[in-house]
Amino acid sequence: MTGAQAAIVKAAAALLAGLVFGVGLALSGMLNPARVLGFLDLAGAWDPRLAFVLAGAVAVSAVSYALARHRPRPLLASRFDIPTSRRIDARLLLGAALFGIGWGMAGFCPGPAFASLAFGIGKSVLFVVAMLAGMALFRLVPPPRP
Amino acid sequence: MIAWTEFAPALAGGALIGLAAALLLLLLGRIAGISGIAGALLRRPDADGAWRAAFLLGLVAGPLLEAWLAGRAPEIEIEASVPTLIVAGLLVGFGTRLGSGCTSGHGVCGLARLSPRSIAAVGVFMAAAIATVFVGRHVL
Repeated sequence: MTGAQAAIVKAAAALLAGLVFGVGLALSGMLNPARVLGFLDLAGAWDPRLAFVLAGAVAVSAVSYALARHRPRPLLASRFDIPTSRRIDARLLLGAALFGIGWGMAGFCPGPAFASLAFGIGKSVLFVVAMLAGMALFRLVPPPRP
Repeated sequence: MIAWTEFAPALAGGALIGLAAALLLLLLGRIAGISGIAGALLRRPDADGAWRAAFLLGLVAGPLLEAWLAGRAPEIEIEASVPTLIVAGLLVGFGTRLGSGCTSGHGVCGLARLSPRSIAAVGVFMAAAIATVFVGRHVL
């Protein structure tokens, strides 16, 4: 395969993965911020359904990570590109805390926010624009010292 | 009490999300982290731009396919006000980049490979989200 052909095959595989991801999010009810907030509201009428979404996703994903350990490389790329750092630092914890606060305020995390765009709801478009602005703002943060 | 028929779509949908992460890993060798994929697209374009854009395109199209197959639109109820959504979006975008991941990268992928960083991140963002909902709904 030429480089261009390989890039097209990779894009097609990613399109399929994204499509399956989007179908899964919609089927599971994750697109609905009201339901996500119902899961996070332990002191209210707690809705446990999202725990099943995460359990199903982690179980299937775990099988693939176990398979990957016995393979030299993925099917369409030269190597597995998986983070190796094990350092739990201030950036990780502060970032996770800020994300959690935003998630709890709106009920949207990045995947469902993107996946809700096709339905043309003004508020979900607004959230995604603000989220992309937040990602762009992060570029102003200096990189961590090695 | 929520009936089993309510849990089955949650479990099946979750399994499909896991399958998507498996496809991206075994085919492209990549983590299915939405914030990482979107964040990388905002930087200078590189050789990985095409597959990242294709993945996000699929992510947006997937729910349309599901709605068509199911014969109904998904429920999307957004209670938050416009100012709240703007602040929340900024926090989610900035926080997921600073913390190197979100519910998919740290949650679905990181927990599956027992990454200590991801286990810590999931604990912190779940606790922060639960605390935020508690304050918003039961304190303020």
